[in-house]
Amino acid sequence: MTDLPGTPAVLDRAEIRRLRRAARYRSWGDSYTLWRRNPITVAGTLIIVFLVLVAAAAPLLATHDPYNQILSDRLLPPSAEYWFGTDNLGRDIYSRIVYGSRLTILIAVLVALISGPIGLLVGVLAGYVGGATDEVLMRLSDIFLAFPKLILAIAFAAALGTGLENMIIAISVANWPGYARLVRAETLAIRNSDYIQAIRVLGASHARIMLRHVTPMCFSTLIVRVSLDMGAIILIAAGLGFLGLGAQPPAPEWGLMVSDGRNYLVDQWWVSTLPGMAILIVVLGFNLLGDGIRDILDPRQRQG
Amino acid sequence: MAAYLIKRLGSLFFTIAGIAVVTFFLSMVIPLDPLAAIAGPQAPEETVERLRVVYGFDQPIHVQFYRYVERLMHGDLGMSFQTNRPVLEDILNFFPATLELATIAMVISVVFGLLLGVLSAVYKNSWIDHLSRVISLVGVSMPVFWLGLLLLLVFYFKLGWLPEPGRLDIMLFEPPRVTGMLLVDSVIAGDWEVFWDALKHAFLPAVVLGLYGLAGIARIARSSMLDVLTQEYIKTARVKGLAEWLVILRHGLRNAMVPTVTMIGLTYGSLLEGAVLTETIFSWPGLGRYLTTAFLTLDLNAIVGGTMLVALLYLIVNLLVDLLYAYLNPRITLASGND
Repeated sequence: MTDLPGTPAVLDRAEIRRLRRAARYRSWGDSYTLWRRNPITVAGTLIIVFLVLVAAAAPLLATHDPYNQILSDRLLPPSAEYWFGTDNLGRDIYSRIVYGSRLTILIAVLVALISGPIGLLVGVLAGYVGGATDEVLMRLSDIFLAFPKLILAIAFAAALGTGLENMIIAISVANWPGYARLVRAETLAIRNSDYIQAIRVLGASHARIMLRHVTPMCFSTLIVRVSLDMGAIILIAAGLGFLGLGAQPPAPEWGLMVSDGRNYLVDQWWVSTLPGMAILIVVLGFNLLGDGIRDILDPRQRQG
Repeated sequence: MAAYLIKRLGSLFFTIAGIAVVTFFLSMVIPLDPLAAIAGPQAPEETVERLRVVYGFDQPIHVQFYRYVERLMHGDLGMSFQTNRPVLEDILNFFPATLELATIAMVISVVFGLLLGVLSAVYKNSWIDHLSRVISLVGVSMPVFWLGLLLLLVFYFKLGWLPEPGRLDIMLFEPPRVTGMLLVDSVIAGDWEVFWDALKHAFLPAVVLGLYGLAGIARIARSSMLDVLTQEYIKTARVKGLAEWLVILRHGLRNAMVPTVTMIGLTYGSLLEGAVLTETIFSWPGLGRYLTTAFLTLDLNAIVGGTMLVALLYLIVNLLVDLLYAYLNPRITLASGND
């Protein structure tokens, strides 16, 4: 390859790019094999894909208006007209569960999009700058970690006032410190590696190193962790909704729907149990998927 | 060990100070005017103004914070607007019920968690391993409040095997209060009828809460057991002809317990969270239900005091776990002594 004088650098670069691409394809191929080999991961993926499809096609799938109250049809059992029955206000439970999937995705995604970047920022700053900055930021996250997550989320949800937006903020407040710790540990490991030294010698500024070289390296760890947390986030949101501190009526939020049916548990079991089943299935899906992702990214699995 | 202890206690001080700041901040952002809640909607303007002075709401924030810390130092968490009693007294009243419930739940999670974890490590990739993985995954994915409702529906409403939500049958009298835990107090009083009834009442909520912690313990027990079972000394024990169950219990489990103990401690903390939802469903008169009511009615002092106490409890549990861990694994103490 180096027999053409004057052009080796160009050839090398193309060659490197080709090798890199091949390696990436191989790694994707391995991931796919590992994914397919584990039925649990496949099941999780299918559940989540199904959830996203339902949320996207909600207007097509729903048989009724999720907010429309037909009081003469209240508390009807599941039938051909109302697939999952009706609730205490005569709303179609099936359609409400279908539309509720949108809320569930919205909550999980927004909490991840708020608490993830905050954790990333705090973690990289604390790990890279070190010293007093590190000390202050980590003490701060210690304080938040001193509260059980659900309690902190409930406290902030109550303090900010009930409602979907405030609940999302409250869960994010309880969620970021864990990410900050994780990213900080990752940053500490990266900071002292040779290539960071090399970039610094080349004259890169600290801001550039943090932004372009440390942050991307922390990204994959953080994404795995966030995907593992998705199920827990949804459970906290549903719990808050159930207690009346999260989404407010008439939102078709699943936790709230379980709570609506509490008084009709004995004779109209479907009002509470079916939305709860939806929560269980979706959270299970995220947990199965997260479990699988962790296995796939675990290098020890790759040698086999 | 002493140096490690001092280091941990030092950082504990900062965290406790931080908890005081966060809870104070919490009381500041609550949008509702607490005076309106105390005085009632029809109260004349002068009454509200007088109350404002009485409660110190007319002072600037830093003065309020100073007074807040001063009150905390004296163990004064203020009055609950709902119960009209000191919050601290309320919490001490409600806490034993939570402690009782959490302890039974803890026993359930530890016993079954360890059993599942050890079995699935010993019979790796067998049906029991897969079953235990499914149980763990369903356990962490289950909405606690929903499971509670389902169990109530089946075992109380439909089958009638277990009693209604609550702590004790309304026809029975509580034994003289010693610890506040019915199971303990009834034994002290020698009242077996109450003991049996209280146990039946505690069964369902404890199972629900126990499942909450079981998954984590089973998972950690499995992975640390797998690590231990590949060690050389396990081979040695087998080669010298020790019975397999002795190898697993004495040489395997005992060493696998070190990381498991950490998880057990963390689980105890997380039971405090689970209690909020479980107690609400089972009308269990504990700290969790007290907090939920406080949150829903915006009972300011109860929210602040309750949240703070839960955080302190959580902190103490974590500290004890860390110390136990350091005691079981001396390498940790040495490592932290060096930096």
